[in-house]
Amino acid sequence: MTKVSMTVNGKAVSGEVEGRTLLVDFLRQGLGLTGTHVGCDTSQCGACVVHVDGKAVKSCTMFALEAEGAHVTTIEGMANPDGSLSTLQQAFQDHHGLQCGFCTPGMIMSAAALLAENPRPSEAEIREYLEGNLCRCTGYHNIVKAIMAASGQDVSSIAAE
Amino acid sequence: MPDGGIGASSKRREDVRFLTGKGNYTDDINIHGQAYVHFLRSDVAHGRIRRLDTAEAEKMPGVLRIFTAADFEGVGGIPCGWQVTDRHGNPMQEPKHPVLAEGKVRYVGEMIAGVVAETPAQARDAAEAIVVDIEELPAVIDMKEAVKDGAPKVHDELESNLCYDWGFVEENREAVDEAIRNAHHVTTLELVNNRLVANPMEPRVAIGVYDRASDEHTLYTTSQNPHVIRLLMGAFVLGIPEHKLRVISPDVGGGFGSKIFHYAEEAFCTFAAKAVGRPVKWTCSRSEAFISDAQGRDHVTKIELALDEEGHFLAIRTDTYANMGAYLSTFAPSVPTWLHGTLMAGNYKTPLIYVNVKAVFTNTVPVDAYRGAGRPEASFQLERVIDKAAREMGIDPVELRRRNFITEFPYATPVAVEYDTGDYNATMDKLLEMADVAGFEKRLEESRKRGKLRGLGINCYIEACGIAPSSLVGQLGARAGLYESATVRVNATGGLVIMTGSHSHGQGHETAFPQVVADMIGIDPSMVEVVHGDTANTPMGMGTYGSRSLAVGGSAIVRATEKIIAKAKKIAAHLLEASEADIELKDGQFTVAGTDKSVAWGDVTLAAYVPHNYPLEDLEPGLEETAFYDPSNFTYPAGAYACEVEVDPDTGKVEIVSFCAADDFGNVVNPMIVDGQVHGGLGQGIGQALLEHAVYDENGQLLTGSFMDYAMPRASDVPFYKVDHSCQTPCTHNPLGVKGCGEAGAIGSPPAVVNAVVDALQRAGHDVTHIDMPLTPSRVWAAMQQG
Repeated sequence: MTKVSMTVNGKAVSGEVEGRTLLVDFLRQGLGLTGTHVGCDTSQCGACVVHVDGKAVKSCTMFALEAEGAHVTTIEGMANPDGSLSTLQQAFQDHHGLQCGFCTPGMIMSAAALLAENPRPSEAEIREYLEGNLCRCTGYHNIVKAIMAASGQDVSSIAAE
Repeated sequence: MPDGGIGASSKRREDVRFLTGKGNYTDDINIHGQAYVHFLRSDVAHGRIRRLDTAEAEKMPGVLRIFTAADFEGVGGIPCGWQVTDRHGNPMQEPKHPVLAEGKVRYVGEMIAGVVAETPAQARDAAEAIVVDIEELPAVIDMKEAVKDGAPKVHDELESNLCYDWGFVEENREAVDEAIRNAHHVTTLELVNNRLVANPMEPRVAIGVYDRASDEHTLYTTSQNPHVIRLLMGAFVLGIPEHKLRVISPDVGGGFGSKIFHYAEEAFCTFAAKAVGRPVKWTCSRSEAFISDAQGRDHVTKIELALDEEGHFLAIRTDTYANMGAYLSTFAPSVPTWLHGTLMAGNYKTPLIYVNVKAVFTNTVPVDAYRGAGRPEASFQLERVIDKAAREMGIDPVELRRRNFITEFPYATPVAVEYDTGDYNATMDKLLEMADVAGFEKRLEESRKRGKLRGLGINCYIEACGIAPSSLVGQLGARAGLYESATVRVNATGGLVIMTGSHSHGQGHETAFPQVVADMIGIDPSMVEVVHGDTANTPMGMGTYGSRSLAVGGSAIVRATEKIIAKAKKIAAHLLEASEADIELKDGQFTVAGTDKSVAWGDVTLAAYVPHNYPLEDLEPGLEETAFYDPSNFTYPAGAYACEVEVDPDTGKVEIVSFCAADDFGNVVNPMIVDGQVHGGLGQGIGQALLEHAVYDENGQLLTGSFMDYAMPRASDVPFYKVDHSCQTPCTHNPLGVKGCGEAGAIGSPPAVVNAVVDALQRAGHDVTHIDMPLTPSRVWAAMQQG
C-alpha cells in the first residue's frame, strides 16, 4: 500500500492505495464520493468522467497514484457554492436531459469540459464531443438540447420540447 | 387547480440528486463488515466439468469461502415464471436452472463457483486460482441446427432442444393455409430480428445481508420489481418465507427488461451471507454483464401476407424460431408467444392469422424480455412485409396501410385481443404533416446533387401494454398475477406518501405520480412523496415493465386516493355539520354545496389523527388506504413513424437525417417525460436497426462482449427526433385513460429505418427488397453490389 494525496473538490485528501487501485475506486471507496459511476471496464461509457487539473478524464483509466498532487473535481463539486444547481445542471433538469441518472455525472463532467473549451458548441460539435459518453435512456436528444441551452443558445425551435 | 397537476410538464424532482452525485444506486451501498464475491464463469459454451479443485484457491489471501454446486444441494433452481403449452396441448420442456453449474456448463458465462473474500481484488485473484477441467462438448448455437435430429442436446434430460412448438390460433391453421393458397397475391419475407444486449448503463449489483438475531435476510438488488424477486427467490429457490426476506431496489440505473428477471447471483449473495456470516456484495462488470444479463430478441422468421386484387389483407402466416438460450429466464417463454403472436394483427383488419413459434435451447446466454419484448418482433415483420407487398403490387405503402386500417372500436382481432380505442388515420395524418412527406421529392433531389441516396420509410405499430389482466394471463400460463398496488398514507398535517409496488429506474415516477394525486385533491404536488423499491414499506406489487406503471400502478394510486377522498369527505361532513352527499372537494378545500361553508384539506387530515371532534362511532381515525388494481384488458398504444435516411453509395453508410413519431398514448400526465420515453425508445430502436448485434461464433463465444465490440448508439449516431402525442384516444377501461409510452419508440422505429434504407436503394435502381439488421455499412454495401 502506498499513500496518495490530492485535492478533491477543493479539499486536501489522502489515503492508502495499491498500485493497481484505479482513481475511480479511490474516489468511490476511499473517499465515499459515489457520484462518479462505473458503467464499463473498457473506458467506453464515460460514466466515470472527472476533471483532473481541469481536464476531463475517465477515472477508470487512471491509477489513483497517477493523480498524486492533482486537483480533481467530481460531480459532487459541480453545484454552485450555495448548493444550488449550476447553469449546466439546471439546464439538464429544465430540458429533461436525464432519466435513470446513471450516466448523468459523466455527462455533466464532459459537457462542462466541452463548454470550457468551446462556449457555444454547435449541435454537431456536441454530438461529436460526447463520443465517449454513453446514455441508454434519453436517445441523447435532451442531453444535446440541454448543453446547447446551457451555452446560451435558443433551443425553442428544436422539435419535441 | 394548483400548478403541476395532470398534463403539466413538471420538472423532475429526482433530477436534483442525480445531477449532484447524490443518487443512491446499489453499488453505492456498503454494509458494515461486507465481503465480496467474484464468480468463476465458464469460458466454454458446452462441456462436462471433470474436475473442480478449489483447495489452492482457498489458501489465497483474504478468502473466506469458496462455493460450488455441492454447497447448493437442497437449494431450488432458478424458476421460470411462465409455462407455455405447445400446439399439441403439452407443457413446454423446462430444464432445471441451478444457481451454480451442476456437472455441466451450458453457455459461456455460466457460474461455476463463487469466491467470497475480504476484498474484490482478493476474490478475483482466488477465482483465477481455482482449477477447473472441462471436457468440451459440441455446442449448438444456430437454432435451426439445434432442432435437427441428432443435434447435441443442451440438456441431456430433455427430449430435444425444442422448448415448445406453439401454434396460435391453432384452430385457424387450415383456414389460413387455404386463404394463402387461393389469394390473388402473396408476399413472403424471411428475416432475422437481431439478438441484442439491453445494456442499461448501471451494471447489476447484489448485496446479501443476514441478521442472525432476527433470522431475517435482506437483499439489495438492481431490480425493476423487488416484490417479484422476493417471491421467486424466497419461495422457489431458498425457501425463505417472505416475512423473513426483504428486498430493496434503490435508485436503479436503467433496466429495459434486463432487470426484471431473478438471477442466480441474487440467490447466491442471499445464501452466502448466511453461510459466511457476513454481508456479501457482488458488483457486475460490463464484460460480465454481456455474458450474464439475459439478452433480447433473436428471432428467425418467415412471414407470408395474402392480399386480394385491391390490396386488402386476407391472411397472415408466420413461422418463427425463437432463441431461449441455455436456460429459461423468468419470462422468456411468454415473449415469443403471448407478447408476440397476439400483436400480429397490428393496426389492420386481417381476418385470418396463424403464428407458429418454435422456441429453441442453444448454448448461449438466456434470452428474455428487452424493451418491447415480442411486440417489436411482431411489428417489425408485419410492417416490413406490408412495405414489400406495397412495392410488389405497385400501391403506395401509406395507402396500402390506410386501406386496411381498423377504424371501428372496440375491435376483436383474430389473435385473441380486443383493442378498446385507436385512430390510426389520425396518427398517420399527423405523421405525414410532421415529416413533410409532400416535400420529400425535393429533398431527394438535393441529396442526389450531393451524391447521396435518400429514402423514406413509413410504418405503423401497435403494442399491448398495461400488463396485465391476472385471470387472463393465468389461463395463458403465467405463474403470477399482474395487478399493481398502492398505499396512500395521509399525514396529520396534510402531506401524503404514495407507496407503490411499481419501481422507477428512469421513468420519473417520483414526479409523475404526485401529479395525479395532487390533481385529484387539489393540492400542490410538493405535498406528495413517492416511496418505492423496498418490500418492507410498499404493498406487494409486480413492478415496472411492459409500460405498465401508470396504466396499472397509476390506476391503483387513483383507486386508493378515491378511498382517501371518500373518507375525508365523511370527516369534512362531520366538521361542517353537513350531509356527506353535499360535500365537494376542490382546490384542497371541502365545501358544502351551495354555501360558503368550507374546511381545508389540512384541517380534515389533522382531525383524522387528532380525533377530538370526530365521528368515532361511525369512522375509524386515520387516513390511509390501499388499493390493488387488476386491469380488465391490456392497453393499446399505437402510432405512425417516419424515418428519412441518406445512404452513401460508396460505403453503404446510413445516416438518419430525420425521424418523426406520431403516437397515441391516450391521456398524458407529464408530456415532458412522455417525450423523453419516446426519445429513448427511438435511440434503442435505431441502435437495433443500424448498430447493435450480439454475435456468437460457432463455438458459442460471444464475439461482441464489450462496448469495444458491441456498437451502442452514440450521440452522433442519432438526430434530433420529432415526436408528437396530440392524437389521443383515451383508454376506456382504466381511470386515467392512459395507455403507456415506454416501449413505443423501440417497437415502431426498426421497421421505419429498414423501410427507409430499402426505399433509398430501390430509388437508386437496386433490386433490394430486404437487408437484415443491423444495417451496417458492409451489409448495405454488399446489398448494393448484388442487385
